[in-house]
Amino acid sequence: MLEVALRHDWPGFSLDVGFRAPAAGVTALFGPSGCGKSTILAAVAGLLRPDAGRIALGDAVLFDHAGRRMVPAERRRCGMVFQDARLFPHLSVSGNLRYGLRRAPRGTTGPGFDEVVSLLGIEALLARRPAALSGGEKQRVALGRALLSRPAMLLMDEPLAALDAPRKAEVLPFLARLRQELSIPLLYVTHALEEVDQLADSLVLLAGGRVLASGAVEALAARTDLPMLAGRRDAGALLPCTVLAHDPARQLTRLGFPGGTLSVPLAPAPVGSTQRLRLRARDVAVATEEPRGLSVQNVLPVVLEALEPGAAGEAMLRLRAGPSLLLARVTLDSAHRLSLRPGQPLWALVKSVALAPRGPGA
Amino acid sequence: MFDWLTPEEWQAVRLSLSVALRSVLFGLPPAVAAAWLLARGRFPGRAALDALVHLPLVMPPVVVGWLLLVTFGLRGPVGALLNEWFGVRLVFTTGGAALATAVMSFPLIVRAVRLSLDAVDPGLEAAARTLGAGPLDRFFTVTLPLIAPGILSGAITAFAAGLGEFGAVITFASNIPGATQTLPLAIYSATQTPGGEATAAKLAGVSLVLALCGLLLADAAGRRMQAMLGRAPA
Repeated sequence: MLEVALRHDWPGFSLDVGFRAPAAGVTALFGPSGCGKSTILAAVAGLLRPDAGRIALGDAVLFDHAGRRMVPAERRRCGMVFQDARLFPHLSVSGNLRYGLRRAPRGTTGPGFDEVVSLLGIEALLARRPAALSGGEKQRVALGRALLSRPAMLLMDEPLAALDAPRKAEVLPFLARLRQELSIPLLYVTHALEEVDQLADSLVLLAGGRVLASGAVEALAARTDLPMLAGRRDAGALLPCTVLAHDPARQLTRLGFPGGTLSVPLAPAPVGSTQRLRLRARDVAVATEEPRGLSVQNVLPVVLEALEPGAAGEAMLRLRAGPSLLLARVTLDSAHRLSLRPGQPLWALVKSVALAPRGPGA
Repeated sequence: MFDWLTPEEWQAVRLSLSVALRSVLFGLPPAVAAAWLLARGRFPGRAALDALVHLPLVMPPVVVGWLLLVTFGLRGPVGALLNEWFGVRLVFTTGGAALATAVMSFPLIVRAVRLSLDAVDPGLEAAARTLGAGPLDRFFTVTLPLIAPGILSGAITAFAAGLGEFGAVITFASNIPGATQTLPLAIYSATQTPGGEATAAKLAGVSLVLALCGLLLADAAGRRMQAMLGRAPA
């Protein structure tokens, strides 16, 4: 468990946050630029001394203002991946990777050099200088360098933000694989929701130097009172799904989630594997009677839990399907026309195209 | 084959090279330290240190020599202690000539090193910290290799300039053939001697060639090292 509580003041901006991150798994710090995400990471790494607060990883207190304790960055064992990679230009890729490995405290264990090199697919780059690498390659090497320093936690400061879409797609699978093999906390700073969907287990939502909300990603995604999430075009519920079966003849994959099943276009994921789906609110419609003769694949019986005000002229419906929660965005006019009220049984219509699996989930 | 210069003239050339080399070797470590303090340090008196380091650049060299004489002379505060404790006498010796030269070329090295320190991304040092490198470790494994081109070109420039240091050397170490009479002092002596014009011309030519070589070498070395670091030559 990583516990962070800190306050830091600048002229015109103050940061005052507190949150906990689980001992294993990815905690995303999510928010707009300038909300203090990177500052939190710098404070956890020991690169910035906050005005007040306490930072502890398990039993190890890294910073305690009241106890006048400030462990220097070089002894915190925080593997950090920066947005701009920060590889040492005078060392080869191999030299960069070994820099952290050589300084890892004795008695610590972790993946070996060859293991990390093959995990990240950088065998062919070892003799090169950083200047001769592409952006995606640099980030993979930076990731390997941090892993090989045998960190007690990993900190990533928008590692994909400086990359274009193809380079992002090149690095993301490595991060996804990494999160499944790691047994240490990983703090991941980002302002891209798709990275949260693919990687994060829990989420700390930040704005203006304050924590708006924190908790499990699925739980936060279903909250309609968080404009930063609910106001987005891609707002919607996150569902943990299991691949039940493939039907090659109909080109469909059957997914099960707590409270129902869904059909999606044939997905390459193996049967039994878990996936996380973002069900966008704008892709869900509702009907008061069971509809027939529809092209829509997925029609789920649900109960309307609440009607929340959405964007102008719109309402956000919270729909319960067993233990799971779905969101649907409808116009206010439709809500009046159907005289929707909480507790009412409804049919949720989900376009199957909205259900492309978005990478490995919890 | 070396008979186009007399043994005395060769001695002046060798002495100049030796004094300049020693001045760079003496001056380099404190110059790098001063540059680092000026580039990275946040302490009271930083502006004063900055001014002190640059003083030799703007002060008359004779005044620098006189200050050294007052400080490091046998009756000066530092000179008396050096003589008493270690039996080291700087005034009127080759070592003294090297010291005077080192003081004069100090700002040249500091400026070159500081420029390259400013070009080092502090983010790289932060990255080294997160990988477990302490302050000295960081300096020797990250900062120093990255500023090596600046150190080298600063050292070569200081060496070339040191070959020609006149005022501070003649004031502090005097003009003793074989001990402190470097090239410029030998040229000066030759011009003061009837019939010494040929010697003066030959030595002036040697000075010119040495200075030119130094500048070209500094430039080439800087480019070479930048390329080794994987950066485009500046």
